[in-house]
Amino acid sequence: MSNMVNVFFYGKKYEVPGDLTIMTAMEYAGYTLKRGCGCRHGFCGACATIYRIKGDNTLKTCLACQKQVEDGMYVASIPFFPTDKRTYSINDIKPTQQIMMELYPEIYSCIGCNACTNACTQDLNVMQYIAYAQRGELEKCAEESFDCVACGCCSVRCPAEISHPMVGLLARRLVGKYIAPETAHLVARVEEIRKGAYDDMIEKIMQKPITEMKELYNTREIEK
Amino acid sequence: MFTAEMYESIKKVEATREERMKTEPRRMTAEEKDELLKTYHPDYRAAGFDEIKVGPNKGEKAPKELAELLHSNSILLTEKVDLSKIDYDCDVLVIGAGGAGCSAAIEANEAGADVVIVTKLRIGDANTMMAEGGIQAADKENDSPVQHYLDAFGGGHFAARPELLRRLVMEAPDAIKWLNDLGVMFDKDEDGRMVTTHGGGTSRKRMHACKDYSGAEIMRNLRDEVLNRKIPVVEFTSAVELIKDDKGQVAGAVLLNMETGDYLVAKAKTVVIATGGAGRLHYQNFPTSNHYGATADGLVLGYRIGAPLLYQDTIQYHPTGVAYPSQIFGALVTEKVRSLGAMLVNKDGEAYAHPLETRDVSASAIIRECANGKGVDTPLGSGVWLDTPMIEILGGEGTIEKRIPAMFRMYLNYGIDMRKEPILVYPTLHYQNGGLEIGGEGFTKAVPNLLVAGEAVGGIHGRNRLMGNSLLDIIVFGRNAGKAAAAKCKDVVIGEMNIDHVEAYAKELEAAGLNTGKTSPLLLPKYARHER
Repeated sequence: MSNMVNVFFYGKKYEVPGDLTIMTAMEYAGYTLKRGCGCRHGFCGACATIYRIKGDNTLKTCLACQKQVEDGMYVASIPFFPTDKRTYSINDIKPTQQIMMELYPEIYSCIGCNACTNACTQDLNVMQYIAYAQRGELEKCAEESFDCVACGCCSVRCPAEISHPMVGLLARRLVGKYIAPETAHLVARVEEIRKGAYDDMIEKIMQKPITEMKELYNTREIEK
Repeated sequence: MFTAEMYESIKKVEATREERMKTEPRRMTAEEKDELLKTYHPDYRAAGFDEIKVGPNKGEKAPKELAELLHSNSILLTEKVDLSKIDYDCDVLVIGAGGAGCSAAIEANEAGADVVIVTKLRIGDANTMMAEGGIQAADKENDSPVQHYLDAFGGGHFAARPELLRRLVMEAPDAIKWLNDLGVMFDKDEDGRMVTTHGGGTSRKRMHACKDYSGAEIMRNLRDEVLNRKIPVVEFTSAVELIKDDKGQVAGAVLLNMETGDYLVAKAKTVVIATGGAGRLHYQNFPTSNHYGATADGLVLGYRIGAPLLYQDTIQYHPTGVAYPSQIFGALVTEKVRSLGAMLVNKDGEAYAHPLETRDVSASAIIRECANGKGVDTPLGSGVWLDTPMIEILGGEGTIEKRIPAMFRMYLNYGIDMRKEPILVYPTLHYQNGGLEIGGEGFTKAVPNLLVAGEAVGGIHGRNRLMGNSLLDIIVFGRNAGKAAAAKCKDVVIGEMNIDHVEAYAKELEAAGLNTGKTSPLLLPKYARHER
């Protein structure tokens, strides 16, 4: 059995096994989670959490599902953060520097404090991707922000009140739709199907008896 | 960060690596696969199942935990709700805000319908967000929808409904294009060609990906699009019962505000169940790769109002869940790790099976190795090695960070560098192959105006699903459901609303002598210590 540690949820002390994550430790302590719990595997950003270890003044951020508890940890989860998403029609906007200026002008108020990067639970270089967005370097912004789970810890800490995850998302959508090269083989296949090129073949295979399908399946050639 | 015993075993894995890499492990014959599944696959463990005693699938089996929910009463048997006080009135009510629900909502909105989405957690808190490896579509020159059909039909043990599988494969390229046009950043080369790989059981490399955040990238685009379209999303609000009218059509749902405990009434001309999977029911005590809300709610709601299930007794255990460390026990290790070249290796360093057999076969083979003392002991059980350093040797240094950054990050968090050391895996409860039965247009056959999309559907994949066909199915069937619901609602007139089926169901349960003492749907798993 692992060692027990003392942690403080919203200031209240609980003794929990030291090998748990913050999320499972809260459940061990008796919490039934509603907010602050989503995929439980580090992909959804629902469990943004702030903590401080007793005796250390550094305020830290993490995902509760990915962070192991430590002795003397003071924990508060962030149930909701009012991220400021601007709405737009993806079909009507263009991948330009101006679009960032129009939709998220506050990025130009960045004071370069790097608090966003320090707060990132995914260890992304957040300030850098905001800098790329300022300069209209959308591909670089998209690439740098790609692993963002939109937990919002960056925005919580930002003195310029930037909603970083929304800026990254806009850049990625613009890159995915407008800047990345078009896929000719995809466009061609969609058109072939639309014209009915596979209709007969698919009808035929649907009608085949199971014994014949088994034979076809078990002897099919597999691309190396 | 491994134990001393694990490091001993790693030495054997390293010792055999060079030799192993010279040959591709043999694929099993059809007979060998059948035998392996019968002996080791959890679907064949009779103790894990109960007979369904009431309703349209009476006499068939279901996992015990699901059967218990089907054998429980609605909370509304005792809680009284005034159905005449309408809180939401819409054309299309979408229950669930994952990939299928959001796709349905976007298409219904596009078609001009008045849509409301309700979801018990947040929009995007769904298995879609966690899908890592990719999405299939036959869009390359050496491939065709017919080949895709054959792979999926055979991989699903020849049990898929042809009508549904046809749609899946024929509409796959258009689904990819739709996502690309929304702004999804697929992995492409500089000429725009998709970077595609194999998945278990594919005969062509047709797995499209967005690094190993494929589902997350798709989900965040869909979510953003829903919000841009200003489609109302009612979060932290569960559907606890469907409403019918006096003509027997579905007419909406009773909702529960998860935070305040208030009941709300949503009236709708069509209802789309897009509630996803059931991993959090922990069938046969397996850990799960699923999100917190995966508790089969939609199956229960649909079944109680009269919609039959299909293949509810077939469950997918993803071969490679995390076996160690315990903090991330059961988390998904994407199949893409094997697509990129990592072999499955037992404690003695033997590559005991081809790494890209279908998931049910691959999972069974891992269970076999562990049952026969060829697994590596872990604090929570045992596991086999996934030889990840092979990826860097095959693809060059940096491949892991570039192609599977989420996996790299997850392990590094616990001091394991998967570029240099193999990782320990064991099957994890991943997907419900079965669900509510639908026709090609997405409607249930028993309840008018009730549609189902996504993981809550049964029959698309048969009795086993191939990697990359689930992200595909939520898009294809989500979009179709949205379009069909929007078209249908134009000629729906709702009559007197009621939930009489709740009492009728209670009488059936009583007549069958069933009393679980619980209510369903479950809504959230019971993880707090005092609830376990």
